[in-house]
Amino acid sequence: MSQRPFILAAEGVNKSFAGFQAIRDLNFYMDPGELRTVIGPNGAGKTTFLDLITGRAKPDTGTIRFGADHELTGLNEYEIYRLGIGRKFQTPTVYADHTVFENLVMSLEGSRGVWASLFAKIHNTQRDRIQEILETIHLGDKAQWKAGALAHGQKQWLEIGMLLAQNAQLLLVDEPAAGMTDEETHRTGELLLSLAGKHSIIVIEHDMVFIRQIAAGRRVTVLHQGSVLCEGPVDQVQNNEKVIEVYLGRKHAHP
Amino acid sequence: MNRTLTKVEATVVTLLAVLVLVVMPLLNSAGVVSNFTINLWGKYLCYAVLALSVDLLWGYTGLLSLGQALFFSLGGYMFGMYLMLLSGPLGAYAKSGQNPAGLPDFMVFLGHTFLPWFWRPFYSPGFSALMVVALPGLVALLFGFLAFRARIKGVYFSILTQALTYGAALMFFRNDLVMGGNNGFTDFHRIMGFDIRSAATQRGLFIATGVLLLGVYLLGRWLTATKFGLVQRAVRDSETRVLFSGYAAANYKLFVFTLCAIIAGLGGALYVPQVGIINPSEMTAEKSLEAVVWVAVGGRGTLLGPIVGAIGINALKSWATRAMPDLWPLILGGLFIVIVLLLPKGLVGIPGQIRALWVSRRKRDEDPGQESIEPADADQPATPA
Repeated sequence: MSQRPFILAAEGVNKSFAGFQAIRDLNFYMDPGELRTVIGPNGAGKTTFLDLITGRAKPDTGTIRFGADHELTGLNEYEIYRLGIGRKFQTPTVYADHTVFENLVMSLEGSRGVWASLFAKIHNTQRDRIQEILETIHLGDKAQWKAGALAHGQKQWLEIGMLLAQNAQLLLVDEPAAGMTDEETHRTGELLLSLAGKHSIIVIEHDMVFIRQIAAGRRVTVLHQGSVLCEGPVDQVQNNEKVIEVYLGRKHAHP
Repeated sequence: MNRTLTKVEATVVTLLAVLVLVVMPLLNSAGVVSNFTINLWGKYLCYAVLALSVDLLWGYTGLLSLGQALFFSLGGYMFGMYLMLLSGPLGAYAKSGQNPAGLPDFMVFLGHTFLPWFWRPFYSPGFSALMVVALPGLVALLFGFLAFRARIKGVYFSILTQALTYGAALMFFRNDLVMGGNNGFTDFHRIMGFDIRSAATQRGLFIATGVLLLGVYLLGRWLTATKFGLVQRAVRDSETRVLFSGYAAANYKLFVFTLCAIIAGLGGALYVPQVGIINPSEMTAEKSLEAVVWVAVGGRGTLLGPIVGAIGINALKSWATRAMPDLWPLILGGLFIVIVLLLPKGLVGIPGQIRALWVSRRKRDEDPGQESIEPADADQPATPA
């Protein structure tokens, strides 16, 4: 099992906050280029899992390996980011007082050092790259807007754009469809699907329509009480007895 | 809109620079502007440098440092040591033959017969100037390294800087530090071969302060326009998020904290020869707080604001403490409350506020049905871990 080159491998991970066991003996494996959707009821530990991957919280026990040779549990947030792991937060967290353009400049791959930042110039290739991203996230005409003035869905898009600018290997996308219209949600799904393969992506979602769109023919992981309840193709997961019981029950009872 | 604002600011700064660097010195040598005025304004300009150092930290990086008066004083003390060594042989004790070693007067008073080792290099103005930069810089570097590595933020950081200032003041009050105790350094006579009290010397110091202030202003302009400036403001608005953009926020904070300590130290070094005294009461937390008020009144997060605030409030203070000394604390407090409540961007923000009001009124007149609705979480940062 451990011979395969996983992009992310979490083994035996536990994490509790003040007596509450948020993650319980979690094992999670993901192949490079995979788009994995993680679902689970509130409190299942989905966001905590992302916190543990990105260094926002440290696991009590267990290991989280990134690629062949990076152990993440000893690293802090920015070190993990620099390995090529990007995160979109559940509530959109963009730099509200910066323009959309500046948000992307800050996210572009490249040096993060103090000295480099003093003498950094925006090259034409970078400018073109930003323009390209702006078109992709449908904010082409809002480059000079303050990010705080964008609508909720647009902020979500900007944050996804920041991940694109970073060109991360592994994208962690927490509830990208929240606050979006159906059409925006669909476009977000298409964007994520177009990125799969080039990047490895973990998407956390609740919206079942959206999940069916992005997870068709792919694996879905169900978290429950901090550990993996079941894992498999989306149709199989939806029909799993345990899953229906803890999560999809109500929806299945009244189709 | 931003570009026109910058144009206005550039014009204002150019006019101020010409006034301070050319017009006032010329009028002073012609006898129109008094030596007293030059001296007083020299002090204001030093305070403006201090205010800029507060604002680059507080307004641009979100670090409310209550230790800037310490760095200001340390710079002053370092340059003051050089002035004291020059003045010892010309002081009261030397005149009455009681000071054969030519020590600073306070040392004779305390019974010292030879110069402590750490005073000796300060005969060199070059070494003193180096220490003006090095001591505040090193203290800030060490303190900042420990504080930022431990991720001490917000009000806790402010309290710690205040404690640092307070501790240093207590240390400087002690006579056995041999830094003049509670009287500090005073009674300066000469500076680099000139009579420190002559009108020409004071004019030169005034011009030097103007150059320093202009330099610091331009440095701030440059710094805040770089990518560093972007990260700096991002740290202010959403520090947690900055870490998830791959930036080691602590390094950015350490850089700007150290830089601002050096800026404050330079301001202090020019303050001492113009005001003629430095003592530990200059490094109390109240002095740092005063500088914070100047910045808030002038306009936090702008570069012109701190200069306007420092000069404006101190000019008002000079006038009010003579005209109605009892009322001054009330005036200052009242001013602060009014500004905080009504003018969040300070005095320099008034034109922008008026314009925003005008624009929104015009919009409402044109299109009464539509109101722009900002999402409630417009600038909600990531919840801290």
